[in-house]
Amino acid sequence: MTYDRYTRDQMASRVARDIPACSYVNLGIGMPTLVGNHFTADREVILHSENGLLGMGPPAAPGHEDPDLINASRTPVTLLPGGAYFHHADSFAMIRGGHIDICVLGAFQVSVAGDLANWHTGAADAIPAVGGAMDLAAGAKRVYVMMGHLTKAGESKIVERLSCPVTALACVDRIYTDLAVIDVTPRGLVVREIVDGLAFGELARLTGVALVDGRSSG
Amino acid sequence: MIDKTVPTLDAAVAGIADGSTVMVGGFATSGVPLELIDALLAQGARELTIVSNHAGNGDTGLAALIAAGRVRRIVCSYPRHKDSWVFDRLFKAGRIELELVPQGTLAERIRAAGAGIGAFYTPAASGTELAQGKETRVIDGRAHVLEHPLHADVALIRADRGDRWGNLVYRMAGRNFGPIMATAARLTVAQVREVVPLGALDPEAIVTPGIFVARVVQANRADADTRSRTAA
Repeated sequence: MTYDRYTRDQMASRVARDIPACSYVNLGIGMPTLVGNHFTADREVILHSENGLLGMGPPAAPGHEDPDLINASRTPVTLLPGGAYFHHADSFAMIRGGHIDICVLGAFQVSVAGDLANWHTGAADAIPAVGGAMDLAAGAKRVYVMMGHLTKAGESKIVERLSCPVTALACVDRIYTDLAVIDVTPRGLVVREIVDGLAFGELARLTGVALVDGRSSG
Repeated sequence: MIDKTVPTLDAAVAGIADGSTVMVGGFATSGVPLELIDALLAQGARELTIVSNHAGNGDTGLAALIAAGRVRRIVCSYPRHKDSWVFDRLFKAGRIELELVPQGTLAERIRAAGAGIGAFYTPAASGTELAQGKETRVIDGRAHVLEHPLHADVALIRADRGDRWGNLVYRMAGRNFGPIMATAARLTVAQVREVVPLGALDPEAIVTPGIFVARVVQANRADADTRSRTAA
């Protein structure tokens, strides 16, 4: 059986399709920032960056970077007309207070219960750093995870129980991988889409946890 | 007459005692009070507890203060970065203590200190190792963690413009921790790009009212760049 994995850009485009117009959205560090490239101007989506920006625009053009205008990934960015600056307590009130509609985060692991691990690999010699990961996972109205389906060693990142340290429990609503789109629901993990050429049974075998085929029910 | 402006960076950091808890504003490249940190390094206070989002980058600013052995403990959310080698080395050698706090909890603990709140419950970090040993409580069916305010002896922050009453406005994302740190310290020192006359700042747009600020010193990056070039 042959199948093509989604590229990072295809995954980003797929996530962007699920984000309704007029949403307030926070895109996490790493792969999720690619989602911002796939919003079209006809659907206003307002991007929040937790360091204190709402209405964040595209990255700054070369030669126009300003050290005071960066996003949470430290990338020089721009602010759209209508954008606003605010301090950290206000920024995290937006997050914790449930004002952010959707947050897209990277992950090391997601459990069948929607538990998220994305801040620390758990390696003994790693320097821990958490940033806003726990606040975002606990606070956004909907949490979407975007990650490779398998580790480099071929192990599933979707697991029965997390082995990496927890970021937040039961917080993930939907998982976008390079193989599938999967909802976390009370009746378990429901597969919505699979890449062309990959059978449900093979996806289930690679994933190694119970999956429900939800493709026919849309 | 109230005049919170001080003429020099040395005067701005005068009297900071050994063992102080010092909040340092800034997020990555934005809003860092670099000149005040340099002045604190020259001032000599030791055994400091630093509260800041990061633990220093490269070899300047907070990283230089840490490298000089002045910092005993750091409270921050994101110490690790590709250029955080100074902190990494001391941390791995067991020569600096770290209290890791989720970024939003860090901000809210600072805000709570400034607002006189005794403690608060937050859902962030619930069920994680950062909540270990902390009181928890289920509120409206959801687990919360009790967090306490973070007070400081001193806050060093950077704003864009200030006046002699201590009113401040900031610049872009450089605002970050400045306004909340200003409220949470007994002595808040703001470095500004420009000191303006009273009345020059639009009262509708003042972000930090002067009541929270003790000292204002003019220091801008152009001066610092000139200084470092001269020193080199």
